[in-house]
Amino acid sequence: MLHIVNKSPFEKDSFSSCMGHAKADSTVLLIEDGVYAALKGSAVEGDLSKAKVVALQSDVAARGIEGNLAEGIDLVDYADFVDLVANGDGVQSWV
Amino acid sequence: MSEVKKFLYVNRRAPYGTVYALESLEVVLIGAAFDQDVSLVFMDDGVFQLKKDQNSEASGMKNFSPTFNALGDYDVNKIYVEKESLEARGLTMDDLMALTYEDEDDDWAEKSSMHLVSADEIRDLMEESEVVLSF
Repeated sequence: MLHIVNKSPFEKDSFSSCMGHAKADSTVLLIEDGVYAALKGSAVEGDLSKAKVVALQSDVAARGIEGNLAEGIDLVDYADFVDLVANGDGVQSWV
Repeated sequence: MSEVKKFLYVNRRAPYGTVYALESLEVVLIGAAFDQDVSLVFMDDGVFQLKKDQNSEASGMKNFSPTFNALGDYDVNKIYVEKESLEARGLTMDDLMALTYEDEDDDWAEKSSMHLVSADEIRDLMEESEVVLSF
């Protein structure tokens, strides 16, 4: 299943709740303010290892954090976003 | 001229997810025309507003972060960033824009507007302020 998180992990608990419920082989896509969850050395960095976490490149670039990302975070573009949704077996948005 | 008051703008929101950050900056710039004693606090997700290297071109949003560089020209040069908020987000002052102003009392020497402060110091700033505006 594809999980999508769009809220800052420091303002809302949707990221931590998502990581607590996602299967290890699930993909978690961070978009909008959700990309802040991918920061290296942050208070929520430990949750990143619970599933495969990817982040939307344009939202990462807008926030200026491309050089601050934790190890293992892959960046995806809008076309990849569509593929993730179309090719996966279901989507859950943690709004 | 009316009495000068101590204004404190408290910024706690990330820059793009909501309109709070942009609206705050607009209010600060408008308010700067009234010659008040202005301080800005950036805490919680507000510290992200000052992140270097913002490039919103691919996302189609307006990158308003360069506008922070204008604050010094409007005598808004007391910018306080909370240490605890930076640490929780894996950031340091080196990750933030180096905002400066020219000090008219010191032969227009260029000085930093950025001050790293603790939560305790921010509490004192809030207590000392006469008008607190939260965004």
